[in-house]
Amino acid sequence: MMLLSTAISRAEAEEFIYAEARLADDHQYDAWEALWADDGVYWVPAGHGSAENADERISVIYDNRSRIALRVAQLKTGKRHSQDPVSNVARVISNVEIIRGDSHSAETRASFIAVESRIRGLTTWAGSVGHTLIRTEAGLQMSRKVVLLVNRDQPLPTLAFLI
Amino acid sequence: MTASAGSTALAGPDYQRLIEADRVHGSLYTDPRVFADELECIWYRTWVYVGHESEVPQPGDYVVKNIGPQSVIMTRHRDGTVHLLLNRCSHRANQICEAARGNSRALRCQYHGWTFATDGTLLGYPFRQGYAGDEAKAALGLGRVARTGSYRGFVFGSFAAEGPTLAEHLGAAAGVLDRLTRLSPEGDVRITAGWLRHKVEANWKLLVENETDGYHPQFVHASIFEVGQSGVGALYSEKSAATARDLGDGHTEHDLRPQFRALNVPLGWFGTTEERLPAYARTMRELHGDTVARQILVDGSPHVMIFPNLFVAEIQMFVIQPLAVDQTVQHVTPLQFAGAPDLNRRLLHQVSGSVGPAGLLLADDSEMYERNQRGVQSLAPEWLALRRGLHREHVDDEGHLAGAATDETTQRGIWRHIKELMTAPAPAGGERA
Repeated sequence: MMLLSTAISRAEAEEFIYAEARLADDHQYDAWEALWADDGVYWVPAGHGSAENADERISVIYDNRSRIALRVAQLKTGKRHSQDPVSNVARVISNVEIIRGDSHSAETRASFIAVESRIRGLTTWAGSVGHTLIRTEAGLQMSRKVVLLVNRDQPLPTLAFLI
Repeated sequence: MTASAGSTALAGPDYQRLIEADRVHGSLYTDPRVFADELECIWYRTWVYVGHESEVPQPGDYVVKNIGPQSVIMTRHRDGTVHLLLNRCSHRANQICEAARGNSRALRCQYHGWTFATDGTLLGYPFRQGYAGDEAKAALGLGRVARTGSYRGFVFGSFAAEGPTLAEHLGAAAGVLDRLTRLSPEGDVRITAGWLRHKVEANWKLLVENETDGYHPQFVHASIFEVGQSGVGALYSEKSAATARDLGDGHTEHDLRPQFRALNVPLGWFGTTEERLPAYARTMRELHGDTVARQILVDGSPHVMIFPNLFVAEIQMFVIQPLAVDQTVQHVTPLQFAGAPDLNRRLLHQVSGSVGPAGLLLADDSEMYERNQRGVQSLAPEWLALRRGLHREHVDDEGHLAGAATDETTQRGIWRHIKELMTAPAPAGGERA
């Protein structure tokens, strides 16, 4: 892929992050997967230790690009019972900041609250989310998404939608 | 649920009637009185898995564990012994440990500053002049789980001061743990890769029964078998050569070795090859010789549910914690084998994908637990049928009941043991230690 050299503005980053959230909320799996770069890593650490080293501590999600594809393919079978029916999800993302940036990439941090509805009832998911965005010919892509749940050190209910 | 079968308001649930050889009553999963009885007759009496010695390697290490709803501190004392202490100050009952783990010479209650040694002994209290003397001190140690036992590093506790020994409780399941630890070049499992804790709104027995249910994978996990390169589906097909076995004492297993031996690929059970884990394969061959090492690596890791709460499932280990009649937490950690770093890294990433709240496998199991809990509240039929494989069940060479991989030999074995425990006379003796 070809990287283009123009710094990523906060407005551009916000637009990407909001679109990513919308596609996840709406279960637009193919469009969501298309946002990933070839070397993408999707990481939801568990407990406080695992936020430091995913090679030594288990994570709620630690997907490389091929496992992201597997996760999406599983959702699309229609037999992923924990998402059949799909969860109704609405998330709000705010406090978007660019933490680090260079001529073609940016690391962002934001806060989110997602409310999930299933037969079980309403579940509130909240935390911070970090994206690593890169500029390509196809537009912005994400090469890394890290979701730090506020309650990652507590027992969690099933989390089968795309957080 | 109607109260017609086997219970009256005054007498409480009648387990002789509610648990039959080939069917069980739905109220066993929904009645809070049953749950209260289970705490007394199972969780606060039999041996329950608590933690692993490798979680407290150094003197002063402690980790907060549980026996059902009870918070238990597992410590390594300065003399090297492991202790199971209740997380409650002996003074005014404040919870002592808030942090999940740590290392300390003493456990200190933050309410009034009482301190306890890591073996539970009361060390001291501030402002001593407020007490006439120290004569009561010896009796004011932390509460303890009455008996602690360890097998191959797996630490179990029993709240009953008397009863079967840990060896008697484990029975044939001990041999399965031997098979597990044999996969480590150093003969030891290490629990060092952290835990996922998965909360489900379901009765704990639905989880226990599902762990050795060979009938569900083709249906519950159809989505991942369809898109992934998993060999798990074949293990639980109608043609599988694997065995569902009732090991006795409530312990059950799926003996997958016939399938792995037919595959006859070292590390095939883990979906990999010796070429991809060369350091581990070489170490095992040097240690055991080619023939024995090959057999160990072909046979693979066990799939055993050690009653009531420890489930070793090839590459990971689950611990089941009941909190209420319809609330359970499933703790899961990747198995790590001492002396096998390349194997361990691969295990960790495989397990991260499979289990826990977002697991490609376990999220769907948990969905089924919760649907099951909702379903069992329906008024009719009142019973759950456990007849599968009765006609082809047999006693194997070791004297265990065995059936085909998809048979309910395992569930019947679990319930046979539950019935024994729930109808046993209460042990003599009074207050807990």
